Amino acid sequence: MKQNIKDQILHISGSDVIKCMRCGKCSATCPSYDEMEYHPHQFVYMVECGDISKLMESESIYKCLSCFACVERCPRGVEPAKLIEAVRLEVIRRQGKDHLKPDDIPSLIDEDLPGQAVITAMRKYRK
Amino acid sequence: MHRIGVFVCHCGTNIAATVDVKKVAEVLSYERCVVISKEYQYMCSESGQKLIKEAILDYQLTGIVVCSCSPRMHEATFRKSAASVGLNPYMVEIANIREQCSWIHKNTEVATEKAIILGRAAIAKVLLNTPLTAGESPVVKRALVIGGGIAGIQTALDIAEAGFKVDIVERNSTIGGKMAQIDKTFPTLDCAACILTPKMVDCAQNENIKIYSYSEIDSVSGFVGNFSVRIKKKARYVDETKCTGCGLCTEKCPTKNIPNDFNLKMDTRRAVYIPFAQAVPKVAVIDAEHCNILKNGKCGLCAKICSAGAIDYTQKERYVEEKYGAIVVATGFNPISVDKYGEYAYSQSKDVITSLEFERLTNAAGPTGGTLLRPSDGKHPHTVVFVQCVGSRCTEERGKSYCSKICCMYTAKHAMLIREKYPDTEVYVFYIDVRTPGKNFDEFYRRAVEEYGVHYIKGAVGKVSPRADGTLDVQASDLIMNEQLHISADLVVLAAAIEPDKSARGLATMLTASMDTNDFFTEAHPKLRPVESPTAGVFLSGTCQGPKDIPETVSQASACAAKVIGLLAKDKLKCNPCVAHSDEMLCNGCSNCANVCPYGAVTYIEKEFKMPDRTTALRRVASVNAAVCQGCGACTVACHSGAMDLLGFSNKQIIAEVDAICK
Repeated sequence: MKQNIKDQILHISGSDVIKCMRCGKCSATCPSYDEMEYHPHQFVYMVECGDISKLMESESIYKCLSCFACVERCPRGVEPAKLIEAVRLEVIRRQGKDHLKPDDIPSLIDEDLPGQAVITAMRKYRK
Repeated sequence: MHRIGVFVCHCGTNIAATVDVKKVAEVLSYERCVVISKEYQYMCSESGQKLIKEAILDYQLTGIVVCSCSPRMHEATFRKSAASVGLNPYMVEIANIREQCSWIHKNTEVATEKAIILGRAAIAKVLLNTPLTAGESPVVKRALVIGGGIAGIQTALDIAEAGFKVDIVERNSTIGGKMAQIDKTFPTLDCAACILTPKMVDCAQNENIKIYSYSEIDSVSGFVGNFSVRIKKKARYVDETKCTGCGLCTEKCPTKNIPNDFNLKMDTRRAVYIPFAQAVPKVAVIDAEHCNILKNGKCGLCAKICSAGAIDYTQKERYVEEKYGAIVVATGFNPISVDKYGEYAYSQSKDVITSLEFERLTNAAGPTGGTLLRPSDGKHPHTVVFVQCVGSRCTEERGKSYCSKICCMYTAKHAMLIREKYPDTEVYVFYIDVRTPGKNFDEFYRRAVEEYGVHYIKGAVGKVSPRADGTLDVQASDLIMNEQLHISADLVVLAAAIEPDKSARGLATMLTASMDTNDFFTEAHPKLRPVESPTAGVFLSGTCQGPKDIPETVSQASACAAKVIGLLAKDKLKCNPCVAHSDEMLCNGCSNCANVCPYGAVTYIEKEFKMPDRTTALRRVASVNAAVCQGCGACTVACHSGAMDLLGFSNKQIIAEVDAICK
């Protein structure tokens, strides 16, 4: 299950957490740092460890401004903000607020479509 | 009738773990003309070579195939053992079943099948091999060192010490390079100038060394032992033989306020200048871009006051042609431009500086006379923040993928120098990792922390914001405390990544020397031939090959000199006999081969031929200078009539290999 959610988050975000060299640039650059329980560098490491349920329960995911400063400045191209966005989406999906039924998705999926677009579509389009 | 021996090497488990070597030896033993096929654990070992030698004698072999590592590794070894028992060394073929087979495959079945195929191809080729004899070419007993930094200086001094002539070509008006700009050196904190300048003077005084300062390499031709190099001596408008270096002109020149590159533009110089007091050669140079008389014919003050009459406004750039036996590349490095990292505000604030700028600020000969003053207002900084890894260890879009290696140590040095001179100044160092491998290096870093009280913080600087009161707000993370910090700093120092000098790429093309994707010169072998380029006769010294500090640079420079001396000590070099050869009966004189030859090895001659009708005709045919030909094979491809062929790699042999692979 742990691995399952992790794969899901990685797939949705398109981020590669294993590239992280733990420099802390994301947390150094984050304007919402003080508002967060889990800071961006912890976020990346927690996803790497598959420790995602804690993140889903934390207010931190709603404190991220999606300013993308961490994405812009990460020396390794890890893209922490995209991970946070992916966890937010994961929460939304679990609350039963999906507007598409999972069974409908295979027929709609285009191989070239980014995972994130498919997930966004769940919120955007009512059946 | 050929009698071929096949020898399959296990290379310990390097090959044997992936390739069924016994099966390879057995299958290849059934090939045409193969009279013996054996496998052994280490074919390159003494006993392995003995096995080959005995087989050559016992079975009267006319050719051998060794299935082992890349020919770049051990072809010479096996050729030598064949020659020692009377088999022509060019009757040895290598099937590369390590780099091109066992190392890249996981499946034993597939790898074994491929190894057999590669072995078959080599057998097919060796059956068409002909004994070749290497010619000889003379060695010019003079070396060229490109770049006059500490690497070039040390290499030149060592070569000169052994009694050979060396020329240093330096682009700037003085030798000395980056080390001349540095204040102190780690881990001993001795003064850089005190150890460098005597070496610079030694270069100038050594009768075996000739310094071409303010000069560049224009073109290179030739080959190992016999390079021809055209050197461009740029116009310095000062006669080197007359200038005494008194410096009067540099004081009186009315054109002031030109940014001084030696002090990284932190102060100014005149249009005629000597970069620093200990310059070698200590000869002034006129900056034509700013000099009034060169721009609009008005002034001429320096010529009037020069008692030596050294000023010459009519000087033009000159070219010198010189022959060399060996070429040493010592082109060094530069810090990268940090403008692109907007978050550090380098282009917004004068008080955000690079580490090399810091060296000048703390240097007694620098713009502030060695007193650490903020560039913006000339006041003492009381809080200094050092940022590590600026542009190092990044993705390609953000910077350099490698660790610049020297920054951890020089930052510890800078931090210590500040705390030593100004104990009231707080110093923070933000690091990702502290990398201090080296003799007395980690102890040095620990001294900065434990004795000098430098605050080392594991974390990164995210943003530097200049504030209205002149301070800099440094927003950073402290990963151990799990906090975001805001430090009010007076000075921020960026440890910029280092990159090879921009001139290196053009030079590599001239020398046909290979480079990696970061433009560092590639060594022939990272462990076994670390100071040689894969191009014969071209050697590498210093940071042009990869990031290194001064102790390492000097070690490599001396190692490089040893290799050059080894080459220059020889009177003659064995040539590669695998050179192009033209069949005059087929040549139609089209000149295609001469046009594509990168070495100028093909010339055309008029030759008399007896025609079938008993008349004689004068025909124009290609002739290859075997001493110049490097055996690249470009001409054999360009030749329409099929007259050009490469000895040892004939078209027939290549086709036979392809046929064997496709069978």
